[in-house]
Amino acid sequence: MSAPGGSAASWLQAGQLVLERDLRLAFRRSGQLLQPLAFFAVITLLFPLALTPEMSRLRDVAPGVLWISALLSSLLALEFLFRDDAQDGTLEQFVLSGQPLTLLLFAKTIAHWLLTGLPLAVMAPVLGVALGVPLTALPGILAALALGTVTLSLIGAIGAGLTLGVRRGGVLLSLLTLPLAVPILIFGARATELAIKGAAYAGPMYLLAALAVLALTLAPLAAAAAVRIGVE
Amino acid sequence: MDWTWFHRLASPPHVYRIAGVLTPWFAWPAGVLIALALYGGLVLAPPDYQQGDGFRIIYVHAPAAWLSLMIYSTMAVSAAVGLIWRMKVAHAVAASCASIGAWFTAVSLVTGMLWGKPMWGTYWAWDPRLTAQLVLLFLYLGYMGLRAGFEDTARADKASAVLAIVGVVNVPIIKFSVEWWNSIHQAPSVSKLARASMPAEMLVPLLTMMLGFTLYFVAVLLVRLRAEILRRERTAKWIREAVAA
Repeated sequence: MSAPGGSAASWLQAGQLVLERDLRLAFRRSGQLLQPLAFFAVITLLFPLALTPEMSRLRDVAPGVLWISALLSSLLALEFLFRDDAQDGTLEQFVLSGQPLTLLLFAKTIAHWLLTGLPLAVMAPVLGVALGVPLTALPGILAALALGTVTLSLIGAIGAGLTLGVRRGGVLLSLLTLPLAVPILIFGARATELAIKGAAYAGPMYLLAALAVLALTLAPLAAAAAVRIGVE
Repeated sequence: MDWTWFHRLASPPHVYRIAGVLTPWFAWPAGVLIALALYGGLVLAPPDYQQGDGFRIIYVHAPAAWLSLMIYSTMAVSAAVGLIWRMKVAHAVAASCASIGAWFTAVSLVTGMLWGKPMWGTYWAWDPRLTAQLVLLFLYLGYMGLRAGFEDTARADKASAVLAIVGVVNVPIIKFSVEWWNSIHQAPSVSKLARASMPAEMLVPLLTMMLGFTLYFVAVLLVRLRAEILRRERTAKWIREAVAA
């Protein structure tokens, strides 16, 4: 392959540079990193206030509560994924750089997952304890959320790219992304539920993993197409 | 290979004219077939041995549900054609599909609920098919919302095309996951019709109705497509000639 921009090695290097850049930028504004986490905690802690303080009943709804809160928090974080880079022209430079846009955006999405999805997954067990989840279930909750948020970030990147050119696209972004997140929610909540009950949760985890593999292969292509339209 | 003939065939004035010529050829058969199927379904078909006359809503429900999915695929395919071959008319077809599909989805939901009342004793049950239809409705609404979000038609076309393609990949996954979810949380739903055991007096009107609905969809699509082409080409010279003629 002799595309402008060079060999596979230089492509990987470009992706790595984008990843490093995004992580560095994010840590310089660490306040923004904490916002989705705080949002996750607030939503989760509203449920006991709205439903019941009784631990046994909270334990029953815990999978749904954790997953819906995580879904909404990651949706909130999606707005930051491309917006700043679109405004200051970085995305335009990505498109013009001659490097494969798919790869650059994939690197951005992975950075985004490391900065939001993974912290959400790490935080979920803490909130799980507050919902009366037994300690034995915590590794399962962590694993399910870590795997599910990968797919969420990848699908969300498509939505974020598509809404780049739309003014006040936040609500639209939710409307686009949430229906596509239905399978993740179903399998993720089921895995969490089984983990809480102490049953084997490998089945839904395999399905979550299958969704993640599908999203890893196809979603970056769609995201690149979306961003190309968004910045033109 | 030379593709110019293909693009000439798909040029807006040509499609506008052809669509106008074709519309009655779909509209009239659709009307006749739907009338025949209504008579067959409401009068000739025997009442169901379990559901009595209540089952007859299937003659609206099933064709609407079939079309809701068929139209989504049509939309995605024409969006893909528009994206790949940069064909404006294909985008116009996709744009015209969206609201028709959304309405058929809404019709299938409402008739499903009306059917649910006598059968399940409640308007809404978390039946896998109803749930999947509901998600499909949101997919349509998202598509229309995205389209409305852009002022520039060309950008709206491309962005919504990407969304339609992503959506059509997801529809089977959503359907599977919702069925899987339902099989865990409740017993197999009552609405499961044993298709094979349906007698011919019931089945023939149903198939006729499906064909009639499909032809009706094509007719409405052609009308909407003409309107969409007029809107897009409103500054073009051929429009003035066409309107004057």
